[in-house]
Amino acid sequence: MAQNIITFHNVRKEYDDQVVLKDVSFEIEQGKFYTLLGPSGCGKTTILRLIAGFIEANQGDIRLEGKKVNDIPANKRKVNTVFQDYALFPHLNVFDNVAFGLRIKKLPKKQIEQKVKDVLRMVQLSGFEEREISEMSGGQRQRVAIARALANEPEVLLLDEPLSALDLKLRKDMQYELRELQQRLGITFIFVTHDQEEALAMSDEIFILNKGEIVQSGTPVDIYDEPINRFVADFIGESNIVKGKMVDDYLVEFVGKKFECVDGGMGKNESVEVVLRPEDIQITSPEKGKMHVTVDTQLFRGVHYEIVCLDEEGNEWVVHSTRKATEGAHVGLFFEPEDIHVMRFGESEEEFDARLESYEEEQEG
Amino acid sequence: MMTKARRVYSIPYVLWLLLFVIAPVLLIVYQSFIGMDGSYTLDNYKTYFASSTYLRMTFNSVLYAFLITLIVLVISYPAAYILNKTKHKQLWLMLIILPTWVNLLLKAYAFIGIFSMHGSVNHFLEFIGIGPKQLLFTDFSFIFVAAYIEIPFMIMPIFNALEEMNPSFISASVDLGANAWQTFWQVIFPLSLNGVKSGVQAVFIPSLSLFMLTRLIGGNRVITLGTAIEEHFMVTQNWGMGSTIGVVLIIAMLAIMLVTGEKKKKRRRAN
Ligand SMILES: Nc1ncnc2c1ncn2[C@@H]1O[C@H](COP(=O)(O)OP(=O)(O)OP(=O)(O)O)[C@@H](O)[C@H]1O
Ligand SMILES: [Mg+2]
Repeated sequence: MAQNIITFHNVRKEYDDQVVLKDVSFEIEQGKFYTLLGPSGCGKTTILRLIAGFIEANQGDIRLEGKKVNDIPANKRKVNTVFQDYALFPHLNVFDNVAFGLRIKKLPKKQIEQKVKDVLRMVQLSGFEEREISEMSGGQRQRVAIARALANEPEVLLLDEPLSALDLKLRKDMQYELRELQQRLGITFIFVTHDQEEALAMSDEIFILNKGEIVQSGTPVDIYDEPINRFVADFIGESNIVKGKMVDDYLVEFVGKKFECVDGGMGKNESVEVVLRPEDIQITSPEKGKMHVTVDTQLFRGVHYEIVCLDEEGNEWVVHSTRKATEGAHVGLFFEPEDIHVMRFGESEEEFDARLESYEEEQEG
Repeated sequence: MMTKARRVYSIPYVLWLLLFVIAPVLLIVYQSFIGMDGSYTLDNYKTYFASSTYLRMTFNSVLYAFLITLIVLVISYPAAYILNKTKHKQLWLMLIILPTWVNLLLKAYAFIGIFSMHGSVNHFLEFIGIGPKQLLFTDFSFIFVAAYIEIPFMIMPIFNALEEMNPSFISASVDLGANAWQTFWQVIFPLSLNGVKSGVQAVFIPSLSLFMLTRLIGGNRVITLGTAIEEHFMVTQNWGMGSTIGVVLIIAMLAIMLVTGEKKKKRRRAN
């Protein structure tokens, strides 16, 4: 297993009595792409600032490569940051910005020139050395910021919503470039975003934060397929979420009907919430459908139609389909047992993982 | 539409400029070519450049203004820096600005009281056993009081420059490995330079033409261009010569503004 390069153990951060991080614990392995995902104000930047050393935790233990961070001042950490606003020095040109850290380290002039040239080529900005920062576009500035951080050969690169200021097209391009860069260099990236699509597309592992707590962590697929609670299900992709009851293992009841599912390990007749992803539902004829609904509205979204249906109880069901539906038509909805995901109320991440493991073993055995 | 409206709005401003800035300057330039007898002449300039007294006076003015500016800068920069880090910085800034509302003459008289032979400073010197000293009417007291008066005008622009600075520049500098000293000299100071330049302008230019203080505090031992102009207009009634010195002063001010003004960055292009 790869070495843990950063560990947080019950880290707590408060600003004037306001608790910003509540006992956060996680481990970061060398060479992976991590994403901190969460709504505004949930503490993402705070975590980065703790790692970089701009602020100190009130409680808990932060270790970089096993060493307690209190012993390492911010300017001695092998961590570099790409700031939310880039923070490029306006009085220096592109070359001097990128060379800043190298000059602080007092590298020989020749070596600095070579290094700057290399990283600028890496971010496809060769020939821009003499430009002033004010003469660069948003996307170019962002690359300068990445180049400036990379020039120091950090072990961990912290990126605080570096793509949020870019337009959609450039943003998509940069997502590929960043991911590619990370894989090529093998540096650990900790990437902050509040865009769930971005997180799913880029990460090896995602930490989902809410109100200063890590709600769930895991690979993009795990989190997408098995959201731990309503917050995660809602935050990661669109979802249909309804109240239900776990009649028995692998049998769940919602909208007054019983459905076969693949979840288990819960109490009999326990109240639960049920998630169905819009793209997992198919519209068929009423006879073939597991559920009967009326098409209410539909929107063309480019790749698919977003169709909103209403069942007899008045629950909304959003369906993504490449085929057009007729508004007002009575149709059936079809889905497989494995498309149904059941969430318990107030289940912690450890309990959730333990339960998944136990009944998966059961299934295999 | 916009440009038309803008033109209308700018009328008062342009009128003001014409009446109170352009016209007086032209008048001074015109006057400087008029001799004592009322004829057009270059005599005033000849006298000025031939007289070692005038040249020394000019040199002295520049030197004193330079010294005052330097002292004010050395005191004001750290003050503005520390001020910017305090909790109630607006309150502290207010306290520093407050004295500028007091009339200059009042402050001058106050200092006469403080520095005089029987003033509080000499009482103190006596008390600690040094004995009274002549403080008033020395170069020291002149520069001290001038600096005291000018300090707020230097602190304000520097404070503003520091306050406006994006704090993430400092984080970025530390992030890239710089210690506090390196961060100050390579990031904070260069980025506050515009504030320093405005402050230097706001202090140096008035210091060139100080005349009341030279009399009241400097006791006429310090004679600057300002004093000379006052002398020519009020006492010797040689308006031509006074205007000539005025022109020299205006040129000196323009030079300072050019040196400290915002320079267009040299455009060094790639390739
Ligand atoms: N210096 C500070 N003093 C007081 N409160 C602060 C300070 N910095 C951050 N906070 C508070 O801490 C909380 C978390 O802030 P943080 O910057 O980590 O949010 P974030 O997740 O990065 O949000 P965003 O997506 O908007 O950038 C917020 O409620 C914020 O108001
Ligand atoms: Mg943030």
